[in-house]
Amino acid sequence: MEKVLQIHDLHVQFSTYGGAVHAVRGVSFSLHRGETLAIVGESGCGKSVTSQSIMGLIPAPHGRITKGQILYGGRDLAKLKEADLRKIRGVDISMIFQDPMTALNPTITIGEQITEGLMQHQRLSKSSAKAKGLEYLKMVGIANPDIRYKQYPHQFSGGMRQRIVIAMALICEPDILIADEPTTALDVTIQAQILDLFRKIQKQTGVSIILITHDLGVVAQVADRIAVMYAGKIAETGGRRDIFYQARHPYTKGLLQSVPRLDREEGDLVPIPGTPPDLFAPPKGCPFTARCDHAMEVCARLDPEKTHIQDAHFVNCWLEDERAGRGSSTAEKSTITNF
Amino acid sequence: MLLTLWLIITGTFFLMHAVPGSPFNEERTTNEAVQRNLIAYYKLDEPLAVQYVNYLKSVVTLDFGPSIKKSSQTVNDMISWGFPVSLELGLYTLALAIVSGITLGVIAALRRNGIIDYLAMTIAVLGISIPNFVLATLFIQVFAVNAGWLPAATWTSWRHMILPTFALATGPMAIIARLTRSSMLEVLTQDYIRTAKAKGLSPAKIVFKHALRNALLPVVTVLGTLAASILTGTFVIEKIFAIPGMGKYFIESINNRDYPVIMGTTVFYSSVLIIMLFLVDIAYGILDPRINLNKKEG
Repeated sequence: MEKVLQIHDLHVQFSTYGGAVHAVRGVSFSLHRGETLAIVGESGCGKSVTSQSIMGLIPAPHGRITKGQILYGGRDLAKLKEADLRKIRGVDISMIFQDPMTALNPTITIGEQITEGLMQHQRLSKSSAKAKGLEYLKMVGIANPDIRYKQYPHQFSGGMRQRIVIAMALICEPDILIADEPTTALDVTIQAQILDLFRKIQKQTGVSIILITHDLGVVAQVADRIAVMYAGKIAETGGRRDIFYQARHPYTKGLLQSVPRLDREEGDLVPIPGTPPDLFAPPKGCPFTARCDHAMEVCARLDPEKTHIQDAHFVNCWLEDERAGRGSSTAEKSTITNF
Repeated sequence: MLLTLWLIITGTFFLMHAVPGSPFNEERTTNEAVQRNLIAYYKLDEPLAVQYVNYLKSVVTLDFGPSIKKSSQTVNDMISWGFPVSLELGLYTLALAIVSGITLGVIAALRRNGIIDYLAMTIAVLGISIPNFVLATLFIQVFAVNAGWLPAATWTSWRHMILPTFALATGPMAIIARLTRSSMLEVLTQDYIRTAKAKGLSPAKIVFKHALRNALLPVVTVLGTLAASILTGTFVIEKIFAIPGMGKYFIESINNRDYPVIMGTTVFYSSVLIIMLFLVDIAYGILDPRINLNKKEG
């Protein structure tokens, strides 16, 4: 499959009064054309920062990419100038943010907000931009687009606003759509509608989607591939089935066990004990060591290497390393089937 | 609006009469006959309530009556002579203050914590803390007396207008600049600015189209009161530059207990203020579609 985006060993730092925060510490992944890649992880694991660095939207001057490459269309986005990045933003790669209530400018009509990117990047006339704007409003399921076009954001509900934001992100026909927690601020019923919309749009336009979320339910519905992030690193990547049915990394398993399920008898959820490490001073070895039930001596000393399980399934865990005892691995298998 | 005006008239009227002293008890006495006529005109020898009703009647017909001290002038005359001059000075001042204040504020916000920001805010703090009469005399000393570039006083050509305009505009400009800066900084952290950036819009478009309009709301609020006080003339600046504006009448009338002039100028000032506040409300509606003046929808 063709890779539209490749990220190699990305490091992002934020300088604060308390010192440097190492928010992203060596993330690598690639995105294939037409697929949906979900990046999951708890708050503060670096998933949003990763997506913002693709867009070059890390708040300067505090945050900066210290190392790594973001390859798109033969160019390294991490090294592009602001003016060149602007030509990519919204045109080739666009982004949807978490809260649709605040993502739209309250003093500008939605029609104008949808089409202004189009007019800037493709130099369309006002009337042809409007025609396209109406077409996209219809596509995302806004009724009476003619009337709605001239209205302001406060005249729309949250779900509708998110539809508008989606229309806005898609209007320049980007290759990649980054959706940062697109459904977190919405009701569950609206959430389902928006996820449906994502699927429909992907079928129609073939856009590749990076979906950032902490909601495994959302991931199960739309993701083709999943990357699990922890403390600024990728813990495990794999196809949806790999992650949900054959998770190898103890953190992934912990995440899955802390999700409520209807089809399971035993009542209590199992939380992961402890808290994520302090990213002011990240631990030397595997960042999950302190919370891991299966931690070994090597875990605290050396960072695990990427181990290939099968197909697209990779895990960064010493338990899966060939040098690790097979015994522990079979013990793992039993927990997997338990799950 | 009329209710507000009536409250102001009533309040001023009774406060004014509560102040000890009378227009006639200074050594500079007016002609006996004139004095008797004036007393009769304003019913000054009758109870306060009668005077009040009498005055209200004349206000309704927009006739503020003759001045007690300056016997040949009516209050209407004073306003129609003084106000155009004050208005002219006020409009220049306002234009200068708004344009430079907003520009300074925006630049300061965009270059936050940079040299330009510190410089602009230093100017702003100085502008707020230095009273305009100090500034006015300083300007006269430097630009008129020492350098001799501009005339020091009076109101005859455009060159006469430069110094008073700048002296008067500095304070409001500083207020506007500070306000613009802080509200601009707040707006720039909003999510919709990030959305605009994600769309790949140019920085100029983001600042002027997306940020400034939202940032101007609080500025417009202050502008109403600021405009009213500037437009109706300021006593000190007009006095220093010998400008025949309205401020002069306003202050002199209070010293002289010139009742009709006090009332007339106060009522006039209040009306201007009320009109300005009304304009501010209209401006809100234009700037922010969420504020609906017609209340057609929720």
